[in-house]
Amino acid sequence: MPAAANANPAPLPVGFGCPALALDTGTVERGRSLALAIAADVQRFALQHSTVAIERTVLRLCGVAGATLDGVPLANVVVDQLHAAGLLREGTAGPFVAAMLATGFDALGLARAVAAGHVDLRVHAPTWHGRSDVANLGATLVQTGVKRILDQRARRLEGLHSQGMALQPLRYVIVATGNIHEDVVQARVAVRQGADVIAVIRSTGQSLLDYVPDGLTTEGYGGTFATQANFALMRAALDDEGARASRYIRLCNYASGLCMPEIACLGAFERLDMMLNDALYGILFRDINMQRTLCDQRVARRLSALAGHIINTGEDNYLTTADAVDAAHTVIASTLVNEALARSCGLQTWQLGLGHAMEIDPERPDALLFEIAQAALVRALFPDAPIKFMPPTKHMTGNVLRGHVQDTLFDLVGVLTGQSIQLLGMATEAMHTPHVHDRYFALEAANLVFGGGRALGTELQFTPGGRIEQRARATLDQAVALLDGMARAGLMAALQRGHFADIARALDGGRGLDGVFLRGERYWDPSEPAIDAALLDLGHGSAGGAA
Amino acid sequence: MSPAASQKVATAAGGPQAVDLTRVRPYGDALDDGAVMLSFSLPVPFGPEAQEAGRALCRQMGLREPQVYHAHDLGAGFTYLTLYAKCPHTIDFTKISVPSLAVAKLDRKGIDDLWARHFERRLRVLGACTGDDAHTVGIDAILNLKGYHGDKGLEAYRAFEVFNLGAQVRNEVLLGRVRELGADVVLVSQIVTQKDCHRTNLAELIDLAEAEGLRERVLFVCGGPRLSHPLALELGFDAGFGPGTQPSEVAAWIVQELVERYA
Repeated sequence: MPAAANANPAPLPVGFGCPALALDTGTVERGRSLALAIAADVQRFALQHSTVAIERTVLRLCGVAGATLDGVPLANVVVDQLHAAGLLREGTAGPFVAAMLATGFDALGLARAVAAGHVDLRVHAPTWHGRSDVANLGATLVQTGVKRILDQRARRLEGLHSQGMALQPLRYVIVATGNIHEDVVQARVAVRQGADVIAVIRSTGQSLLDYVPDGLTTEGYGGTFATQANFALMRAALDDEGARASRYIRLCNYASGLCMPEIACLGAFERLDMMLNDALYGILFRDINMQRTLCDQRVARRLSALAGHIINTGEDNYLTTADAVDAAHTVIASTLVNEALARSCGLQTWQLGLGHAMEIDPERPDALLFEIAQAALVRALFPDAPIKFMPPTKHMTGNVLRGHVQDTLFDLVGVLTGQSIQLLGMATEAMHTPHVHDRYFALEAANLVFGGGRALGTELQFTPGGRIEQRARATLDQAVALLDGMARAGLMAALQRGHFADIARALDGGRGLDGVFLRGERYWDPSEPAIDAALLDLGHGSAGGAA
Repeated sequence: MSPAASQKVATAAGGPQAVDLTRVRPYGDALDDGAVMLSFSLPVPFGPEAQEAGRALCRQMGLREPQVYHAHDLGAGFTYLTLYAKCPHTIDFTKISVPSLAVAKLDRKGIDDLWARHFERRLRVLGACTGDDAHTVGIDAILNLKGYHGDKGLEAYRAFEVFNLGAQVRNEVLLGRVRELGADVVLVSQIVTQKDCHRTNLAELIDLAEAEGLRERVLFVCGGPRLSHPLALELGFDAGFGPGTQPSEVAAWIVQELVERYA
């Protein structure tokens, strides 16, 4: 059945349920309202600024693509020319569109001409203000990009209807060979073994690149570069496998790091279905400047809202560095903040793949009980969100059989607590990037546990006042207390004090600060009203636009 | 028929057979049975031919009586196999020699006391994840106050002044900092090992250090899930630590080594 772009069915099937967890509704509501205040503060900051990555995203929406022969993306060439001249404060769109009108080039042609040194954008920077021809052409250009995103959203819905939807928990596996062609082979085999989501892990270090590499790539470390061409190649392979398997296969990549909004845009163009997207993760674990990435995240999430992506947040990583039991509440606090930040960007509940994993030492007595308590707590807090559950990576020992058992126990916790997306742990985690049969072991175990255990969540009950409930309540109380402090000081202050993951980051530290600028009074980004209008049309409501 | 006549029950009056350490082979449930398990995938379609190919490969490896216990169709032209076989080869265990770290086990107080007896200044330790590696979990576990599994990191010691440079530090930058800070020890963490990038990167660090005349003045130590002391030596380092290393093991080695060298 042809699905219109503005049709809005819940694109995830209902999960199997979770035993009820009696939480104090007042505490939950208080946590949510504190998180909203924290998020509003961040959005205010983000709206006053733009970044080189946001400006490059605007250009990509206008049709700028590709790279120079030296591999410098044309979007970088254009933005860098204005940035170096100190002319970026009013945005890239004005000078760029004025130059198009003056030279007769289309967007791509103009970017090429700038790269070849035939056009100097600095000349056009003073010429565009108050001109209706510039405003009209800018609006038309970004509409092409927005339409491409909406078309892909509609094609996803068609795929979900025609190929069919997988059951929850979705079986999420990673591929990470470094070579996109080999990734395709690994992904195809994974789908044949039952995978529902393929996440292509990025080459280590890509988060710190201030450009998106161009073209198909065959060399990477710990993963494969995220490029538009790589996205397209994997998308085509998964569409092919989905048709064969009679279930739509979702593709996941990372809208994170210094190119967060740009990659969200490319992921929207190429119909990725999930984007790992979390500024807090980049700040804490990649030392990306907080001002930079919180601004970038707003634009990335608006594009993901438009694209119908499910975003995956990165709270699962906090407890790799902080103590899993003592700091569990930081995960909960962060999911509430991430929810509020996401909603303020127009993302809807079905798009909130909040990530969580507790990384409790499996040798600790009652470790499994605590894992169940935390997983049930996240489910209870976000009953309708496609939450993502991950097995621990910190406690993998190299004993692959033990690791397989740990991962399988997490499958059990996942199905018992009605998780939506289950990242399947690899028995060889921490030893090598997965071999083709490592995924088979994981998928076989998940298939057994999800099939055999699918009714556990609706049939079992937690003992009222028992240890699971007590643990969940205590964690929630601590989380809300943390949010209380953060709401007074602000998120950026909390990050400077090391509230998350035991890591403190400076306001002016980390990478990418030189790409942040205060918007000038006449700042213009024609994509903002276009995205606002499209989101409104889709029923996403207020989306953190400039208006 | 009496039970004694129907079954020959093997009895060993002298207890278990003694192991001949000059001729050791794998052990399953009887000495010298040579039992080994193999697990691999072949890029060929599932079927009896794939299984026979797996057995043939085992025979080429010099194994005997290969049996396929499990074969699975991975799809897309791949077959997974689990095989058991018998290894006829033996090794002379008495000739095996592995370089190991000569280090006495000491706790934090013992290490700090040893340092205090021999040094009048704190030892400067510089740590980093080098190259493209963005995974700081390992270096943080060794250096940060919090440590690993209840074992405090080097920051907790009086003996050390710690500088953690974090992720993705270029070898040139690292050596610049070594010079600038007058570091005594460099700790390099490498988690990502795809296409052996850790080896190239570590070897390059030592080459650069030699070129800059820093190699002899500074202790070079590396660590990571796929590193070991022998590999570290091969790459030109003074020591290497593998997975599961506690911060106190690293601390004990550093202090004892520096005492031996300079004090």
